[in-house]
Amino acid sequence: MNKNKWGFIILGLAIFVIGITFPFWYGKGKSTPPPLLSLDTPAITALTEKRCVEDTAFMRANHMKLLDAWRDEAVREGHRLYTAKNGRTFEKSLTGTCLQCHSNKEQFCDRCHNYVGAKPSCFNCHIIPGEVKQ
Amino acid sequence: MNLLISIVAVLILMLLAMGMTMNHVTIYFLTAIAPYAAIAVFLAGFIRRILLWAKSPVPFRIPTTCGQEKSLPWIKSSPLENPSGLPGVIGRMALEVLLFRSLFRNTDVEMIDGRPVYGSASWLWFFGLVFHGSLLVIILRHLRFFTEPILPGIAGLTAVDGFLELAIPTLYLSDVMLLAAVIFLFVRRIINAPLRYISLAADYFALLLIAAIAVTGLWMRHIQPTDLEQVKALVMGWVTLSPHSPQGVGVVFFIHLFLICVLLAWFPFSKLMHAGGVFLSPTRNLANNSRSQRHMNPWNGPVLVHTYEEYEDEFRDKMKAAGLPVEKE
Repeated sequence: MNKNKWGFIILGLAIFVIGITFPFWYGKGKSTPPPLLSLDTPAITALTEKRCVEDTAFMRANHMKLLDAWRDEAVREGHRLYTAKNGRTFEKSLTGTCLQCHSNKEQFCDRCHNYVGAKPSCFNCHIIPGEVKQ
Repeated sequence: MNLLISIVAVLILMLLAMGMTMNHVTIYFLTAIAPYAAIAVFLAGFIRRILLWAKSPVPFRIPTTCGQEKSLPWIKSSPLENPSGLPGVIGRMALEVLLFRSLFRNTDVEMIDGRPVYGSASWLWFFGLVFHGSLLVIILRHLRFFTEPILPGIAGLTAVDGFLELAIPTLYLSDVMLLAAVIFLFVRRIINAPLRYISLAADYFALLLIAAIAVTGLWMRHIQPTDLEQVKALVMGWVTLSPHSPQGVGVVFFIHLFLICVLLAWFPFSKLMHAGGVFLSPTRNLANNSRSQRHMNPWNGPVLVHTYEEYEDEFRDKMKAAGLPVEKE
């Protein structure tokens, strides 16, 4: 084994270095632009004030928690109205509220979710807007 | 005292990270310089440590033998417990690296009715395996931020890891198991008096640092969600060598990032180097072939030998005169 020692050392170190630096050469140095979210739907274009249920920063970070809370409150407790921080009220409904504006799932929901590898289970039950027509 | 030192050290690091989020220059340092510096120190330090170990002379075979050595064909030998060649060594190393076989052998002795009673004590083995396994899964899951398009297989692993679909975002089993294992390993050092006595500040520090990284990570997932799109853009910026500062990711992310940088930079100088060291342990990676092959110490000096023939040549006359028998006349 002794005469092979340096062969094993170099093999081991090569595997280690390639493994650690893997992300650097996996993308071949190409920069990938972050996803652009399309807000270009008829319902959003028609809005005068382009504001989601809450402000954009909150929605970006917390939409999944908001939807989770909505589901529990609406389905289990029967509270179907949500009052936003600025006093507006919304029906707690993915299909009835969210998807009325964001009717472009592929250009909106999916772009970020695919980019960060998130697999939400919304559409295991809910219908994807426009899918029936296709 | 050692415990206190390491708690204070982790808290200072967390405060330092929080302080660094205060202005743009330090945020730039944290997001664009520290990660590269940490990975460079990690790689260079790791390689240096491995080469130092590799250069250490191991002239003789010193494997720990746990079974019958290979000898005569009709004596049953155990090639994994007492390997005689490369295949046995590879098998033994694989069991050691992947399943922590030597930890599994741990025994404990207890006095029962005035007699010492020995029994298996595999808790450390179990939680050690859980800890390392979940750490591996967590690191692999993080590849979703480091690769674009996301490496195939990561989605499947993530789905299996979160198959309970508890809460939104899904609670990962590996996160729960990592925390459970860290708590066990930490509490073990605290409540076991002999172990507490031999525990150094660095021993606690490693556990607390990893625990702090895990807790900040869980915090960002389950309590105060962070903007993952910004996080991924930041990571892809590192990977394509064009880093830019993220917007609105929150202080917890910076603590998480800074603690990981500290862990990476400290790794090659700590006991965590057992990751590389396990491969270079002479008591594990040598074949026990001392009987079938002669191993010479390579730095033995030349020994001045005076053989009997030379002695007799030198003193033959005197030996004959004294009436002593000689081999050559």
